[in-house]
Amino acid sequence: MAMAWIFTGMIVISVIFGIYNGTMDEVSAAALNGANDAITLCISLLGVICLWSGVLEVMDQSGLSKKLAAVFRPFLKKLFPDAAKDPVTLSAISANISANLLGIGNAATPLGIQAAKRMAKGCNGIASDSLCRFIVLNTASIQLIPATVAGVRAACGAAQPFDILPAVWFSSVLSVFAGLFSAYIFQHLRRKNR
Amino acid sequence: MTSYMIPCLLAFVTVFALRKKTDVYTALVQGAENGLNLTFHIVPALVALLTGVSMLRASGALDCLTSVLSPLMNALNIPPEVTPLLFIRPLSGSGGLAVGAELMAQHGADSTIGRVAAVALGCSETTFYTVAVYYGAAGITKTRYTIPAAIIADIAAFFAAVIAVELFF
Repeated sequence: MAMAWIFTGMIVISVIFGIYNGTMDEVSAAALNGANDAITLCISLLGVICLWSGVLEVMDQSGLSKKLAAVFRPFLKKLFPDAAKDPVTLSAISANISANLLGIGNAATPLGIQAAKRMAKGCNGIASDSLCRFIVLNTASIQLIPATVAGVRAACGAAQPFDILPAVWFSSVLSVFAGLFSAYIFQHLRRKNR
Repeated sequence: MTSYMIPCLLAFVTVFALRKKTDVYTALVQGAENGLNLTFHIVPALVALLTGVSMLRASGALDCLTSVLSPLMNALNIPPEVTPLLFIRPLSGSGGLAVGAELMAQHGADSTIGRVAAVALGCSETTFYTVAVYYGAAGITKTRYTIPAAIIADIAAFFAAVIAVELFF
């Protein structure tokens, strides 16, 4: 339902501003052009997304993504000490993180749900500290190759669509760190209050 | 340096996969078909949201929001033009993509604003959607500090994007 409110809000606000600013001609043209632009954008995105999805499939079938998951395992053991005791949970978590890193959202979500379900067992609907950290890690997304964004850049005429990679990695690490650090602070604040 | 990354990555993945006796070509084509379906699935949402964003832009509402918030954004060193992205990104993936694409088309993909939008899109997630899906499936009703911590990470992502674009370009 949230999207229904957002979409309706966009339209109503546009109409109000259109009347107030006298820009109704432009608003009317924009309604049709926007829909057109969406198709143009998707067509120009198709190539990059298809190619990258293909590469991801190769990584998956050759076992490369499993290797990537193994690299992160020690770090994840530290981050989720109680969940790591269960090997199934730990492997779901690491597979989820590696799918996120590679940008396979479709694969990451079911794995993440599996991990979250196992972590939530026996805590009566209250998120544990590990589970909070896990969700924060998922909402902060680290992507090695943000293919969709690079595709949009290519569609908008970027000279080198992928030249944003170092910048994306830098800010991803910073935002994940900020998320985990604030989770840590919140966790210890609560404890003091008790 | 960045121009080396993608070709070398492709070479590495294909050689690695071939050594593991994976049928690289079939896998690639299969995956590409998934990509095709994925893209077709975002078309309807993108049509709706780019219509909305284009109307907002044309009506002057986006400029109004930008100019109202520009003192705050300038103080925070964030280009005021990316303000709409900051609001829609945690709520909707296609919405973020629509606003980001519009910013890149408007200001140029290689402009500072276009780059900040791209980097911010690349390093953030649809926070509320993720929280809702995961906690919904796991039966969690008390989310404790998850949302505040996730929002802090989102805000940090925008600051970091601005810093990164200054740093790397």
